[in-house]
Amino acid sequence: MFLAMLGEAWRAMGANRLRTFLTMLGMVIGVASVVLMMAIGQGAQESVKDSINAMGSNLFIVLSGSSTAGGARTGSGNSSNLTVKDANAINELEGVSNVAPISMGNAQVVFSGNNWSTSIIGTTPTYLDIRGWELVDGYVFSDSDIRSATRVALIGQTVVDNIFGEIDPIGKTIRIKQNPFVVLGILKSKGQSLDGRDQDDTIIIPLTTAQRKILGNQFAGSVRQIMVQANTPEAMPMVEQNINGLLNQRHNIREGSDSDFFVRNLTAVANSAAETTRTMSLLLGAIASVSLLVGGIGIMNIMLVSVTERTREIGIRMAIGARERDILLQFLLEAIVISVIGCLIGLFLGITGAVLVNKLTQAAVVISGNSVTIAFAVAASVGIFFGFYPARKAASLNPIDALRYQ
Amino acid sequence: MAKNVVQVRNLFKDYQTAAGAITVLKQVDFSMEAGDFVAIMGPSGSGKSTFMNILGCLDKPTSGQYKLDGHEVATLDSNTLAKIRNQTIGFVFQGFNLLSRASLLDNVALPLVYAGIDKFERQARAKLLLEKVGLGQHINSLPNQISGGQQQRVAIARALVNRPSLILADEPTGNLDSITSEEIMALFSELNADGISIILVTHESDIAAHASRQIRFLDGRIVQDARIVKDDSRTVDSAKHVLEQGDNDSAEQSITMIPDLVAKGNH
Repeated sequence: MFLAMLGEAWRAMGANRLRTFLTMLGMVIGVASVVLMMAIGQGAQESVKDSINAMGSNLFIVLSGSSTAGGARTGSGNSSNLTVKDANAINELEGVSNVAPISMGNAQVVFSGNNWSTSIIGTTPTYLDIRGWELVDGYVFSDSDIRSATRVALIGQTVVDNIFGEIDPIGKTIRIKQNPFVVLGILKSKGQSLDGRDQDDTIIIPLTTAQRKILGNQFAGSVRQIMVQANTPEAMPMVEQNINGLLNQRHNIREGSDSDFFVRNLTAVANSAAETTRTMSLLLGAIASVSLLVGGIGIMNIMLVSVTERTREIGIRMAIGARERDILLQFLLEAIVISVIGCLIGLFLGITGAVLVNKLTQAAVVISGNSVTIAFAVAASVGIFFGFYPARKAASLNPIDALRYQ
Repeated sequence: MAKNVVQVRNLFKDYQTAAGAITVLKQVDFSMEAGDFVAIMGPSGSGKSTFMNILGCLDKPTSGQYKLDGHEVATLDSNTLAKIRNQTIGFVFQGFNLLSRASLLDNVALPLVYAGIDKFERQARAKLLLEKVGLGQHINSLPNQISGGQQQRVAIARALVNRPSLILADEPTGNLDSITSEEIMALFSELNADGISIILVTHESDIAAHASRQIRFLDGRIVQDARIVKDDSRTVDSAKHVLEQGDNDSAEQSITMIPDLVAKGNH
């Protein structure tokens, strides 16, 4: 019965091929644009999400304030008023899960004949936990390396590529500012940060080693930044307030005067970037959905014409025993077949388009099973929704009026 | 006495038109025994087609009682009516009313689709009936590839495919020439001989002569109801008719066409 109906629908579609094709085209364009836009939107969201994950979650960064020397003020992060002790104190605050003091700078790195200028991060092993940074090979230095300021290094992928090439770096000795360092591990590639910096172009060494051998800080124990991770996103406002309170107290800042440090909420910045891309991809999807809607209206329009044209046929069918629901099903099936076939073609074109966009512009695209399923479900529903009214109209015809229709 | 297949009592049918209500059927009483062959005659606009449509459950009377096989039709819902049209009644129309895009086989098998019968049996039964009406070698043709007489045979095969007990034929020979008409009528007589009840609407008295009972409508009322005694006189009558036809074929045709033209002019 159902198969016979499907055959009928197919035959009816074949009777007016150009019209069927044009009707279907509305659906094809609608679905293709939805799939393409969703792929681009999700791709953008995905790359932002990757950047955020690479940065770490629930993050604050505490920067030291500016210093004034001979009337010239330096930028933030240049004074030496943040200390490892500050970091340890912050670690005791409620809601704080990890704290990593950081000193950084640039230095020339040499291995055999190659040299490369890269950023040196002096920190504690916690830093890797906060940023969710893993090693692809080797192991992380330990707290005892911090205490004894050993000359060991974890190197980023870009550094590996530039000074080692094909050679396995583990256990090799590199020179940073003439000091020999043993490579302990290789950092997993993190790609670009939100602001486009290459995060793999870096070397991580113990904080104490960096301070004594590389960065040459005049104040022992001072650091440039302290990275703080809160337990939960909900705890962040409280943690931010407590850090401010604690450091003001420790630095003897009186109420009303300027602090000599800044607390930045990195996650908030990242979240607003994510929010922006989410809005953009919603907008893209909404615009594409309009074309799907227009395609659906096209189906409804043609089905209405078809019902009118075939009124006499409906009368004949009713005279030989078609029930109302048989007629309803016949026209509904026709609408659904048109939209489902249109949807399949649209899916194909949309996916092809997304792959092309990816190839031509290098923009990230994500074709998820979800978006394909949604597009398909929407197309089928559009077929049912816009096919129902004409089908209902056909089914509710009076047999004798339909049969007499000229 | 045979059971009444159709029983109509005090039937009225009004139509609402721009000029006001028109009563097309007035107080019609009619009953028909199973296995009978009734010809309904009357001029255009006398209500015979409307009556036929009501009998076929395509249209509803304004008032009055209609019992089909003992069931009160007015109480039945649209699905049951569809089932009756599908399984109890077979329709044959003046304009054949075949689906132009479907093959003869599919046309004949269509009522079986609505009866929920599987494809294999549908095709077997449709093929058998097409063979019975002499079109066994055309099953895959389309309706516009065969003649009018052949199309009417297909329509009859379609009417028969669900083994109905009643055939309703609304001017089945109206679009056919007299020789083809005779062939179609011979087919109806054969079906009637097999026990199927037939009601036939026609303008032409020689077509009506095949029936065993003639009813005449005038202005929405039955004005004449005559049983034709099937004896030798009828055989002589039809033999004479054939003879006349052979003698002046063209004259006969032009005569039979006149009522049709009048009918069309009146519409």
